[in-house]
Amino acid sequence: MPTKPDLIDVRDLSVHFGLRGGTLGRLVGRDAGVVRAVDGISVTLREGEVLGLVGESGSGKSTFGRALLGLAPATSGTIGFDGADLTSMSRSELRALRQSIQMVFQDPSAALNPSMTVAEAVGDALRVHGMKSSVERRERVVEALERVGLSPVQLFLDKYPRDLSGGQKQRVVLARAIVMGPRVLVADEPISMLDMSVRAKILQLMLDLKQDLGLSYVYITHDLASAKFFCDRIAIMYLGRIVEIGDTEEIFANPRHPYTKALLRAAPDPDPARAVAKDLPRGEVPDAAVPPLGCSFHPRCPEAVAQCGWEARDLRTLLETHWTRRTPEEYDAESAAVGSLDALARPDTSVHVGRGGADAVRSILDRIRDEEPDEPLWRGVADVTDDGAGVRVDFHPGVDPALRRAGGVDVACVLYPDDSPDDSAGG
Amino acid sequence: MTQPELDPVLEAEFQPDVTGDGPVISARDVRVWYGTTRGAIRAVDGVSFDLAPGETLGLVGESGCGKSTLGRGLMGLLPAGAKRDGEVRFRGEDVLTMSPRDAHRLRGSQLGMIFQEPMTRLNPLLRVSAHFEEAIRQHEPKLPKREVTQRALDALRMMGIPPTRYRSYPHEFSGGMRQRLMIALALVLRPAFIVADEPTTALDVLVEAQIVQILNDLRRDFRTSLLLITHNVGIVAEACDRVAVMYAGRIVEQGRVADVFAAPQHPYTRELLRSTISLRTTGLNFIPGSPPDLIDPPPGCRFAPRCPQAMAVCATTDPITIERPGGGQVECWAVGPTDLIPAGGTARLQQEELAVADEA
Amino acid sequence: MAALRRVLRALATPFTQTAGLGRWMLVIGLVITGIFVLLAIFAPWIAPYGFAQASADGVDFPKAGAPSGEHWFGTDRLLFDVMSRTIWGARTAIEVVILSILICVVIGVPLGLVSGYYGGWLDRVLLLVMDALFAFPSFLLAIVFSFLLTDLFGGSVLAVAMSLSAIYIPQYYRVVRNTTVSAKEATYVEAARAIGAKDGVIMRRYLFGNVIQSVPVIGTLNAADAILTLAGLGFLGLGIQSTDAAEWGHDLNRALADAGAGVWWTGLYPGLAIVLLVTGLTLVGEGLNETLNPTLRKRRLLPVVMTTREDR
Repeated sequence: MPTKPDLIDVRDLSVHFGLRGGTLGRLVGRDAGVVRAVDGISVTLREGEVLGLVGESGSGKSTFGRALLGLAPATSGTIGFDGADLTSMSRSELRALRQSIQMVFQDPSAALNPSMTVAEAVGDALRVHGMKSSVERRERVVEALERVGLSPVQLFLDKYPRDLSGGQKQRVVLARAIVMGPRVLVADEPISMLDMSVRAKILQLMLDLKQDLGLSYVYITHDLASAKFFCDRIAIMYLGRIVEIGDTEEIFANPRHPYTKALLRAAPDPDPARAVAKDLPRGEVPDAAVPPLGCSFHPRCPEAVAQCGWEARDLRTLLETHWTRRTPEEYDAESAAVGSLDALARPDTSVHVGRGGADAVRSILDRIRDEEPDEPLWRGVADVTDDGAGVRVDFHPGVDPALRRAGGVDVACVLYPDDSPDDSAGG
Repeated sequence: MTQPELDPVLEAEFQPDVTGDGPVISARDVRVWYGTTRGAIRAVDGVSFDLAPGETLGLVGESGCGKSTLGRGLMGLLPAGAKRDGEVRFRGEDVLTMSPRDAHRLRGSQLGMIFQEPMTRLNPLLRVSAHFEEAIRQHEPKLPKREVTQRALDALRMMGIPPTRYRSYPHEFSGGMRQRLMIALALVLRPAFIVADEPTTALDVLVEAQIVQILNDLRRDFRTSLLLITHNVGIVAEACDRVAVMYAGRIVEQGRVADVFAAPQHPYTRELLRSTISLRTTGLNFIPGSPPDLIDPPPGCRFAPRCPQAMAVCATTDPITIERPGGGQVECWAVGPTDLIPAGGTARLQQEELAVADEA
Repeated sequence: MAALRRVLRALATPFTQTAGLGRWMLVIGLVITGIFVLLAIFAPWIAPYGFAQASADGVDFPKAGAPSGEHWFGTDRLLFDVMSRTIWGARTAIEVVILSILICVVIGVPLGLVSGYYGGWLDRVLLLVMDALFAFPSFLLAIVFSFLLTDLFGGSVLAVAMSLSAIYIPQYYRVVRNTTVSAKEATYVEAARAIGAKDGVIMRRYLFGNVIQSVPVIGTLNAADAILTLAGLGFLGLGIQSTDAAEWGHDLNRALADAGAGVWWTGLYPGLAIVLLVTGLTLVGEGLNETLNPTLRKRRLLPVVMTTREDR
């Protein structure tokens, strides 16, 4: 297969957002911290390719998509498009660029101005790029609407968004995106708000548009099933990073990153013969303002090992989960021995726990360990030493895994340390 | 998420007192119509189903098919101007003709509800503890404070929420935790029947799977009957015993999930399953056209204008609900009863060309 | 064409989609206000005499004459016909109010849009200025402005309208700014940016149409308030002079001395006119509020009549 040239070349892109603090902080204008929505992503989009970005909320996939249009300002890194760097462009250069890169939004009802007719909405894209003649605009609008299947066009031109069904609205959004003849469409969950019976139709339309207009897509979704059908290459994202990227077939045939595997297991499937997944990752996507140490996925990872970045907050989760299984009396006794969990709220690798005596705390920890010896956290505990009225738990230092070549795909996981392309470590 | 194992005592305590083996909920020919500025929307138009103790029934359909209205109608939570009739028996007692006071007593204590957006149902100014105390006090005002706390903590623990979070505020919880909180809040009064309206739609993929698992455990461990309303056939396959497929205000097919999904009888069920994109999808299928206007639905079968198998009879005569081959019910002339189809009724129906103009 | 249809539909919405009290308030308010508007437009034909006319056919009107067949509402001390002055007063009031609303909209709406859209220091400075204006006792502010402006423009309708605008602009600004702040987060605004629209375009074509919808409500409610303020200024002898135009407040001031002398008609009719017009405008405003504001709106639902089962 001849390699197509890269259309978009993203290098080390980061998009950080400042968090506003409480009322007082807002008054004095102080920031409460930074959310690394996109945290050092490198990826390319080839001509004519569909690249999927798959992840849960908070994975930064939408922010990344918006950064590709210059809608979210890059904190660092570069976005190359046609040899130019998008991140250093002026506002007017960016505006001109948007004739080439366009966006399709998740909620078609929100993406259309409620006080504009279909013709106005689609035509405005031309108008802002200097097409003065309304006759000429009308012609192009009609052409775009026909291309997205909104025919007979006369029926739709003067309709308002509220008079259209969800699928029709998404067609209008697509028409607005293609009317200027772009080369890349960034589609942010284009079908997830639509009814089941029209999803396939819109996806088919996007495939047709790709074929007819030679488009390339960046397809952003949380839904593995549509990504599998639609994408040539897939990047799995978690908390602002790409954890696995490769050809769609390879990712689905041999998922490597534990997160990818978990997503595949959890994808709902209408086949009743399929057994319900039991070993799902616990917990939820952590707070991006204070991400976990080491690998961001380690607190939820069933395969985590010693150097994944274990820390105090994981111990807190462990204790709390443990207490959901204890009777109230046991809980009262144990929580008295352990004391406040506030000391466990920070990302520390060495932490003091307990106030009811070292032995009491130690026996609680041992009991938890006996009940669930397979709990990955214990692999990360280096040492438990007596420390005043409690114990000190030391964790192994964590490693922040980088994307590495592993069997035809790139994976960011310490389980795949090898650089050689043929060696895929077990998992 | 590994589910906490429950000690037998606790489990027994949470058993709703199920008497007899009859259905918990039995709905017969239920109709719910809404008033609008244009006329009455026949959101639910003659729906019948039974729900056995400990059973989960998945109510699946596209937006606007009336599934949420049916759920709310069963609970008696309908907006002004809506009317309902038919018969809904909760353990033999007719819910629809009950006095408002009795209905209120029943809601919460016997009938629970879980919503899509947990935050809209939780008061941000009240601690979790206050939510539970309020819910329990409403129905058991004489329960001593210690008991109340005890019960609340038990319900939370079952949902995997640690007792350390009992005094927290709703906003301190993540989305999935809030949904668990809602489920715990619905369970704390040990209702025999719960309506869950799209409980996982707003959640992430992994958290959705966790909640599905919790719902799964619910029916097994507590014999709580659940009406799970969803648009996601995948969720139905994973969490439900039986499924009812709803289209334009009617249940067109119902039966055991395995039976219905393996061999769908109604063309709509089949087309809905075919148009669902799953990991095994190799080609794209879709249903042309859009659901009918429920203010003035077409005569005969409401799916006829979009149906690939439509016959002449479908456009004129209402289909009859019949026993589904393999168990359950279905209403479709293509399935039967053939002896009631008038002469010439089996001819192919001349359908109007369905353009994008009518798309959903 | 489309625009005209849009306007017509928007005008019809309050009637077609509402029920109950809101609808009645709107209808009664519109009728009252409509009568005054008609009086204002056709004053030269409806009023029996001019507003500063003291004689007809060379015969002077009676001084403070009681209501009679000649002068239905009587005459005042300056020999003017009270009925004519009351009718001409409607013209002054409507002129001033329309002009001042126009000024408010022309200044307040763009300021609010720009301030809400850009945010930052511009927003803060404008907010501060507007809040300061708003915090002032409005009548005091109107007095100060009318002093200043009457010096510049004389006691004209324009000067009074401008001084009234000064006290109402902050309200328009506030409402438009706040709706802009929330509307600019909408996806369709980001979509506009994504097609390459400039800020000006976004404000004009995407935000304006959606933030302007709350203006009619404040407009009518402010109009009622403006009538009172105008009358207040006139009563204090500020603003429009009685020879320039008929003004109810001014007439009330002159009627003050009459009341003790048993001459009730000079005060009653202008006073009644103020009360009626203010009531009418307030009803329109509240009615509009209930019909346009989705949180207050009660839709007129057709009653549900379930057909018998055999009909299905």
